[in-house]
Amino acid sequence: MFIPCDRGGDCAAPDFKGFTLLLPAVSVGNVGQLAIDLVISTLDMTKVGYFYTDCLVPMVGNNPYATAEENSTELSINAEVYSLPSKKLVVLQIRSPFIKNKYRPFCETLLSWVKSSNCARVVLLSSSHAYQRDDEQLLGTPLRYLLTPDLEKAVGGRMQELNWKEMEKVAAYPGISDTDKVLHIPGGGITKLLFTESCSKGIQMAVLLKFCSEGDNIPDAFVLVNYLNEWLQLIRSEVNPSSQWKIPSSWRLLFGNGLPPALF
Amino acid sequence: MATFFGEVVVAPSRAGLDEEEEAREETPEDREIRREIEKKRYRRHCSGGGGEIDVLWTWKSGGCAEEPLVCSRFIVAIGRNAAAFLSSFILDSVCWEVVGVVKLWNEWCRTSSTTNVLPTDSFCLFYRLISDPTVLLCQCSCYVAEDQQFQWLEKVFGSMQKKSLQVTILSTCPVADYKTQESTLTLASPFLKALKTKEFQDQVCCPLLEQPNIVRDLPAA
Repeated sequence: MFIPCDRGGDCAAPDFKGFTLLLPAVSVGNVGQLAIDLVISTLDMTKVGYFYTDCLVPMVGNNPYATAEENSTELSINAEVYSLPSKKLVVLQIRSPFIKNKYRPFCETLLSWVKSSNCARVVLLSSSHAYQRDDEQLLGTPLRYLLTPDLEKAVGGRMQELNWKEMEKVAAYPGISDTDKVLHIPGGGITKLLFTESCSKGIQMAVLLKFCSEGDNIPDAFVLVNYLNEWLQLIRSEVNPSSQWKIPSSWRLLFGNGLPPALF
Repeated sequence: MATFFGEVVVAPSRAGLDEEEEAREETPEDREIRREIEKKRYRRHCSGGGGEIDVLWTWKSGGCAEEPLVCSRFIVAIGRNAAAFLSSFILDSVCWEVVGVVKLWNEWCRTSSTTNVLPTDSFCLFYRLISDPTVLLCQCSCYVAEDQQFQWLEKVFGSMQKKSLQVTILSTCPVADYKTQESTLTLASPFLKALKTKEFQDQVCCPLLEQPNIVRDLPAA
């Protein structure tokens, strides 16, 4: 599934041992994917490969992180991997939705790639429908986190220090008080599946998600990426962190073209 | 969300994936429809191998029909406009011969295994240049569904023996989909844009497709 880029004749697979893998879930508002775009664009990450998969709708375009004429002509497809060895960070960006009934095979292949590439831990950026919050969730922060048991041991304490809120479980049968509590992430796409599979496979995974609705989700992406930054410290956060993130050139014209002058 | 008429509807999500909800909300009617579609798709190929797409090569060589086609240039025209372009300007029965056809069925179109097609039919045919049999051409005017695109690719390219292969893909998109600073009303259309891999060293005859425009479906695959 993972095909490394051919860089100067070196076809060996890059080594991700001990790296943190950051990836988005295709979820409401595409917030995870937008946040990942900000990370790749700001840290100027290098593409190291892509996923050859039949599980995602095909798409192709020119380099979405282009900053100048010279770097604007590299092709970019629906699932690509970028890396920044200095921060031991590897990022997967997913740019299209899943083909019907293909999300399970994708999750399986993804998790087996995570294991075989020896990543130390996985951080999944996601979102959930804001309108499905209960009364308590309507108050306070819209950001939540989840940790698999293996990662809980390692960083659970850090989350306490940061005063983060863990995603609440909800009653399996709302309205009936005496039922089991289950994890429910509406609008989160493959988030719940990846998380529960990681728990059972012993993978160290953290999920960071924001409650949001469809619309202009750029502010949501900034909030989520700043949340991530509180923990991973990818950029300096003492100064106003929002101004440090670089918006990629592909975010232009998100809401349509210019207007015809004749309209007025 | 509440609509103008007051009823509450579930807003469609751009994320496109709500599998949990999809699985829960699938009514018995939906399940039946899905099963029928799957049955119809697979029924077409009860004689051949599994799968919804068959590539039938009709050329005969001295050896066995399973021999791969050696290919150095492959031109693929996807969509009715591109297929019509090839029919009008490139193809003729003197220089080109039909060497294959793709048989597929999906909810939008069905192709047959006949190679004698009308321009208004949905078809996917392969031609070979008689004077240089390593030059292949494909006219694909049928719609290949998103869950068939990968299979189409694997089956078509899998039957080829690539010899420094150069692939050219011709396709069309509506001008209204083109993202640009000005309005598309004032653009001189039609116009050409290109995408190329870094391995493609020749001159491209038109400007490259600017961000944030993308290509999707079979041409992207």
